[in-house]
Amino acid sequence: MDLERKLSILADAAKYDASCASSGTTARNSRAGGMGSTTGAGICHSYTPDGRCVSLLKVLLTNYCIYDCLYCINRVSSGVQRARFTPDEVVKLTMDFYRRNYIEGLFLSSGIIRNPDYTMEQVLQVARKLRQEHGFKGYIHLKTIPEASPELIEEAGRWADRLSINVELPTPADLDVLAPEKNLTRIRGAMTVIERKITQSKAERRESPKAPVFSPAGQSTQMIVGATPADDRAILTQAASLYREHKLRRVYYSAFSPIPDASSKLPLQAPPLVREHRLYQADWLIRFYGFEVSEITESRNLPLDIDPKLAWALRHPAVFPVDLNRASRELMLRVPGLGVRNVDRILAIRRWHKLRLDDLTRLHVPMRKVMPFITTVDHSPHRIERTMRIPEERQLDLFDPAQTALTGEL
Amino acid sequence: MRQITFAPVFREWQRVAREVLAGGLAPNEVVWEELHGEQPGLGMFDEAATQQAKARVRVPRSFVEIAKRVACHRSARRWDLLYRVLWRLTHGEPHLLEVTVDPDVYELARMDKAVRRDVHKMRAFVRFREVAHDGETWFIAWFEPAHHIVELNAPFFRDRFAGMRWSILTPDRCAHWDGRMLSFTDGVPRSEAPVEDRVEALWLTYYGSIFNPARVKTHAMQAEMPKKYWRDLPETAILPALLREAPSRTAEMIVRSRSKAAPADEFHPAPVPDSTSLTTLRKAALGCTACPLYRNATQTVFGEGPKHAPLMLVGEQPGDQEDRAGRAFVGPAGQLLNRALADAGIDRDQAYVTNAVKHFKWEPRGKRRLHAKPGSREIAACRPWLEAELAAVKPRVLVLLGGTAAQSVLGSKVRVLRDRGQWIESEYCARTMITVHPSSLLRAPDGEAREKNYEAFVEDLKTVARELAKSGRGDRCQAFLIDP
Repeated sequence: MDLERKLSILADAAKYDASCASSGTTARNSRAGGMGSTTGAGICHSYTPDGRCVSLLKVLLTNYCIYDCLYCINRVSSGVQRARFTPDEVVKLTMDFYRRNYIEGLFLSSGIIRNPDYTMEQVLQVARKLRQEHGFKGYIHLKTIPEASPELIEEAGRWADRLSINVELPTPADLDVLAPEKNLTRIRGAMTVIERKITQSKAERRESPKAPVFSPAGQSTQMIVGATPADDRAILTQAASLYREHKLRRVYYSAFSPIPDASSKLPLQAPPLVREHRLYQADWLIRFYGFEVSEITESRNLPLDIDPKLAWALRHPAVFPVDLNRASRELMLRVPGLGVRNVDRILAIRRWHKLRLDDLTRLHVPMRKVMPFITTVDHSPHRIERTMRIPEERQLDLFDPAQTALTGEL
Repeated sequence: MRQITFAPVFREWQRVAREVLAGGLAPNEVVWEELHGEQPGLGMFDEAATQQAKARVRVPRSFVEIAKRVACHRSARRWDLLYRVLWRLTHGEPHLLEVTVDPDVYELARMDKAVRRDVHKMRAFVRFREVAHDGETWFIAWFEPAHHIVELNAPFFRDRFAGMRWSILTPDRCAHWDGRMLSFTDGVPRSEAPVEDRVEALWLTYYGSIFNPARVKTHAMQAEMPKKYWRDLPETAILPALLREAPSRTAEMIVRSRSKAAPADEFHPAPVPDSTSLTTLRKAALGCTACPLYRNATQTVFGEGPKHAPLMLVGEQPGDQEDRAGRAFVGPAGQLLNRALADAGIDRDQAYVTNAVKHFKWEPRGKRRLHAKPGSREIAACRPWLEAELAAVKPRVLVLLGGTAAQSVLGSKVRVLRDRGQWIESEYCARTMITVHPSSLLRAPDGEAREKNYEAFVEDLKTVARELAKSGRGDRCQAFLIDP
């Protein structure tokens, strides 16, 4: 099989992993030799028509897999065409793409071949060659296999900027049904190992900048949404616990999209993209806006027609209006339409003058959205119900008919 | 009104602005005149005054950073704006930059953002092409920045590609790195840039494969990758094709998953003659058109074996070789099955061997006919044949090879890997066992796994052999077993 064919099969197989981040790592450059640099800020080198960025060369080492996870196109029982890169082929592709400024680095994952340790060793060979033989200073994200032995995971952290282990599904019961070989306890055990090493390395580097790095851009994970009946509260509770206990940088939510040759145990319809979007909004509210999971999932699932922050505000009219010239940061963060950056700007501005509506316009605040919820020197809303058109009750289909997938946009 | 003439770069502006500020000129008293070409600027103030001015000007460090970038903006108004902000910062409003809604600060931030975005897009969208130049490999890119950012951005490319020799050509300025130092030359036309590269085809392959056609969001793409850049991004050449094919690729995925493309009325349960004669059944099955599979298959592949065989083996469907030969399990999977049966001590000739689906389902791939998994409708349409075979043979032991056979006989609740190797009581036979299909052994990734899976398969068959040996219900069973 020629390289081009392999690349198309193994990139195709990798596209169900949402993460493509290349940010948050230590600054490096190649002025003393080698190839590449990182600045801490990620760069998206291209965008595909699904609106996703291309930042890393995202491929599988092989899509042969001995596991039988039903949501996965590469499961052993799937009839998909198989291919396998040699480690040298991946190294050469990465270097060739990097030299031409197509990518920030490599995101390498793999189907499980033979056994977890053998597979992890193959993945490590690629990272080791890039770092040691080519002095590669670009970004490397390695998918870690939770069943692999701790020494191999430790070596992965030495070469990689980021490690990730996918929890795949929100509840242990979901995993039992759809991914019998995977086990949430073992996954979280491996996350704990990684998290301890990251914390330890950070502490050592505070003492001496020459101490070795370990996965400096942290670890992340991914959950598939819509493949099982788990509701949004279960998903977000799991996510919040992952952030809390393993200090994850990101939890990615991936709307389950129809895969070729899918198992009949899966819902077969357009990916629930709106739901995925709402989950990301809720994720942000939990991490940066001081919301608790229970506050935004009172009705178990997030509303699909309005965003979770607006939904919360409409359920709690007594909190509003918020006086932007007096209110605390925490309270302003609860106003629909005000983001973290604008709240911090407002706090800086109001030290020097009283805020007016004009000021908000210049901050590009969505005026129609915020006005019912705030007071400024020159504005005070009437009752929220009168200014804010509450969207009529409508039960949206969680799973849009396949039509959405065919016409494309939401 | 004072006219200040200076070369339009940050360093020069900074120098003269200090002097103007020291001279006490308010923003509305100054006109900034850009000086182009090589003629030297006129020194208006003496050296001592400059030194004095430098000592006296105190501004937030962030202003200098912002000013360096805003100086690269293409707008002619930038110098005036920079000086106005500088004046206000030094005349009673040192906190001015915090008031982001102030009209001057707002304008400054807007320009700064435009330049930063341009810098970022250049880092993202520069595409090097490899050329041989004087016997050395050079990497050359063409880019059209919106602002004067080539010199501001060159150090980034130096730090990243220090080990290569490269040039970035633009209409305004060109940056070059020879492995030791950065240099800059005047702008050149696009025609100076190379038009192809040997790795680009692979890049396009990657770009087309990483895109998920089930989630088209072109607005999101264009917001981040505006059309003005498309001309110089090689991958955008295949965009129209990707978008055109996206709906059909998604539809195909859905169809392939549940064969909903064909209307349900094409699938009927096969009309099976009411007979327990295998010959009659076989003849009738030759003309079966219960599902559309007969159209592309060579012939019906019916089961074969002794009429009252104690053991019946059910596979998935005939493969390429079975389809040509008209006999079940004669291809590679069949040979593996023979070996495994022999290793377990079972004589295949004494077993009735058949498939859950009697026609070969395949997809063309090149010149080959690639096996395709039968859908639930095809399995259902074919089930009456299997039921008739079961009724005619009445096996004492029924072995279901793989998921399709298991689904056909036991329904969709069973899982091969979970339930294999155990005796299950089914509608058709009290001793029913599920095990893997021999073709799954052929698909194992490596020799080690294949060996392991093969042993497990033989182990299941040995359980079957022991069951057959038990009984003592007549000589039939004794004759059936090869010497154990």
